[in-house]
Amino acid sequence: MTDRMTDTTTLLVGPFNRVEGDLEIRLEVAEGRVTAAYANSPMFRGFESMLRGKGPMDALTLTPRICGICSISQSMAAALALADLAGAEMIPNGSRVAQLLHMVENVSDHLMHFNLFFMPDFARPIYADRPWHGRTVERFTAVHGSALKRATEARAQLLHIVGLLGGKWPHTLAIQPGGVTRAPTARDKVRIGADLAAFRAYLEEVVIGAPLEVLLELTQIEQLNGWQTGDFGLFLEISDNLMLQTSGVGEHRYLSFGAYPTPEGRRFVPGILRDGTAGELEPAGIIEDLSHSWMLGPDAHPLHGQTLPDEDMREDAYSWCKAPRLRGESFETGALARQAIDGHPLALALSKEGSVRARVAGRLLELARTQVEMERLLAEIDPREPFMRHVKLPQDGEGVGLVEAARGALGHWFRVERGEITSYQIIAPTTWNFSPRDRSNIPGPVEAALVGAPVQPGEDTPIAVQHIVRSFDPCMVCTVH
Amino acid sequence: MNILWLQSAGCGGCTMSLLCAESPSLIDLFHGAGLEFLWHPSLSEATGAEVRRLLDAIEAGEQQLDILCVEGAIARGPRGTGRYHMLAGTGRSMLDWVESLAPLARHVVAVGTCATYGGVTSAGDNPSDAAGLQYEGSHAGAVLPATFRDKAGLPVINISGCPVHPDWVTETLMLLAAGALGPEDLDQYARPRFFADNLVHHACTKNEFYEYKASAEELSQMGCMMEHLGCIGTQAVGDCNIRLWNGEGSCTRAGYPCINCTAPEFEEPGHGFTETPKFAGIPVGLPTDMPKAWFMALASLSKRATPRRVAENAVADRVIVPPSVKSRKHD
Repeated sequence: MTDRMTDTTTLLVGPFNRVEGDLEIRLEVAEGRVTAAYANSPMFRGFESMLRGKGPMDALTLTPRICGICSISQSMAAALALADLAGAEMIPNGSRVAQLLHMVENVSDHLMHFNLFFMPDFARPIYADRPWHGRTVERFTAVHGSALKRATEARAQLLHIVGLLGGKWPHTLAIQPGGVTRAPTARDKVRIGADLAAFRAYLEEVVIGAPLEVLLELTQIEQLNGWQTGDFGLFLEISDNLMLQTSGVGEHRYLSFGAYPTPEGRRFVPGILRDGTAGELEPAGIIEDLSHSWMLGPDAHPLHGQTLPDEDMREDAYSWCKAPRLRGESFETGALARQAIDGHPLALALSKEGSVRARVAGRLLELARTQVEMERLLAEIDPREPFMRHVKLPQDGEGVGLVEAARGALGHWFRVERGEITSYQIIAPTTWNFSPRDRSNIPGPVEAALVGAPVQPGEDTPIAVQHIVRSFDPCMVCTVH
Repeated sequence: MNILWLQSAGCGGCTMSLLCAESPSLIDLFHGAGLEFLWHPSLSEATGAEVRRLLDAIEAGEQQLDILCVEGAIARGPRGTGRYHMLAGTGRSMLDWVESLAPLARHVVAVGTCATYGGVTSAGDNPSDAAGLQYEGSHAGAVLPATFRDKAGLPVINISGCPVHPDWVTETLMLLAAGALGPEDLDQYARPRFFADNLVHHACTKNEFYEYKASAEELSQMGCMMEHLGCIGTQAVGDCNIRLWNGEGSCTRAGYPCINCTAPEFEEPGHGFTETPKFAGIPVGLPTDMPKAWFMALASLSKRATPRRVAENAVADRVIVPPSVKSRKHD
């Protein structure tokens, strides 16, 4: 539809696929550019409400089922929140197994995003005149591309580690506040080592096209310019040709809760990064703003928040997603944020760029770093030690569990009275990244990043918008939950 | 046969599990069986307006639809409008789309316990008023009436599981493509019998502990989890311990109980998922088809006959007493 006075066109983009879950984006377009974007998370299930009145341990069964792609992340957040309630910690060896399970899920998600969700757009006919198109069609055509097939097989084999330690993926119940339910043997350890070795070989041969350590030693973006090997090289070539380093630029505010708490500390440290300046993470400053959400009740910190859906779906709201803000500001979260906040020099440089290219390169950098961390973690597991400690939960209290899912910061906050959950609030990574506007009308990160995206004449589902949205790797089922 | 796959009010985990199919992988298997996706939300190229045109063409009868797969429960709220899940870009609820498309498909397949019976999406106070396609919990008749039959005379085929095993989906689809799945091949909740005729108990590695009622007292111990830890593998349908998951896994092999995720209403057991409800110290739920008196008699007898090895290992997190090895007579 066109408003003649301002010459602004509105486009409704959806169903937006190759993201996890359902997504609708409304775009205002003028002079061939997006001037405003509105992200609608169109599905509400109400997990927070379901959990009320249940015993706290039931969160371990129910919350993983919020999301089939970040299931272990939800498990971990719930287990940590329960341990927090009890004032306990996982037994060290159990914690290592739990973190290994979590790393496998995150790595598998990154692999899937790159190969199955993000890259297939470059095989579209719209790019038929580009020098890289023929190779991209062979490698990345949706469903059938050779890279997709190889990635799916490598992922299935990597997930054997979850089969062995966690029974199945998704939706394991193996991760508990005191540790894990299965004590792996020395034989299990060498079997997992074989799976990890096979996965490294795949990454080095196919994805990165070089020893992982070569990538990990890079410190500047300029060093990526000569990278020609692996599917990473193909992505960088496409990215250069399409100027993806200037596409979908965010607002340079990044947040990470810190990933993989082990007895030796979090493997990737928590923090924030604002315009290149590092700061401490202060979760007490988080408020969920409901001004543009179909939610009722006051804005609140998640420990005091509610989930009361607005059945009337009022006109001035446009999403079931709440808008989390840290000290009043929106923050981008995800692999790029996590690696930059952890201080990897290449990720720091990419975070300053803050583009489609930066998000995707940050994710592949993390894929390589996490492979190394998985190998290190496996070596630290001692099969002779116990993997579970008994944790007794108090009848009353509160618990917080902060983790990093593949897509970024995930938090569970809950309260218990007389052995029953009275409040359970969850903020997922895509709640941050795809939040609607807040009370000050400040857009969420993806809404801001979409402004300026080109819209070609005749496009009803603009390709540039697709690249930008998918560069965030949204998980819509987690977003509202 | 072509497949239109819709993701409704669920977690997407059944697709994630499906992509774990191995030997062969999903796409090779589809190719060999003459199956192809008309559209799948996680996999297909088409997005936005391209998808809307496809859906319109199916509704207009211009595009044939062989198999409609729905993953996730159907949100019927608020107040029966289905607006808790509007299919993005279409201005219509998923409830409306499913009601419209199901009668047009040759077969309708519900994938996962949310799509079959409501599942976890309908847990607690069921905030979104979610139901399965043809069942609301164990009650037949939901989004589609109990009398619904597809063009081949089948009800909605219920591949339950939270998540589904990838092979349950691929084998059901292959049977449909081969015209080899009839009404008699489905159980009373319309689950394919090729997996539902088994119990999770079958081939459970804790069976020796079960035989002697040598029970684990806490998670991470090796004993049988029926007596104290909520395991209902002796009543739950599924071949989980026969075909295994993600290589060599299963819930019970990973040391946590079977929570009967293939069953209607598993999401509301009425007690903690990892606790066994008891009456006078005796578990309330008994193994399927087992007369109670016989169970009690056998249990008390076998408990007394428990070998020391089994008793000690049951409450340990690893084998602490290995099986004794008999020496040969001439040694």
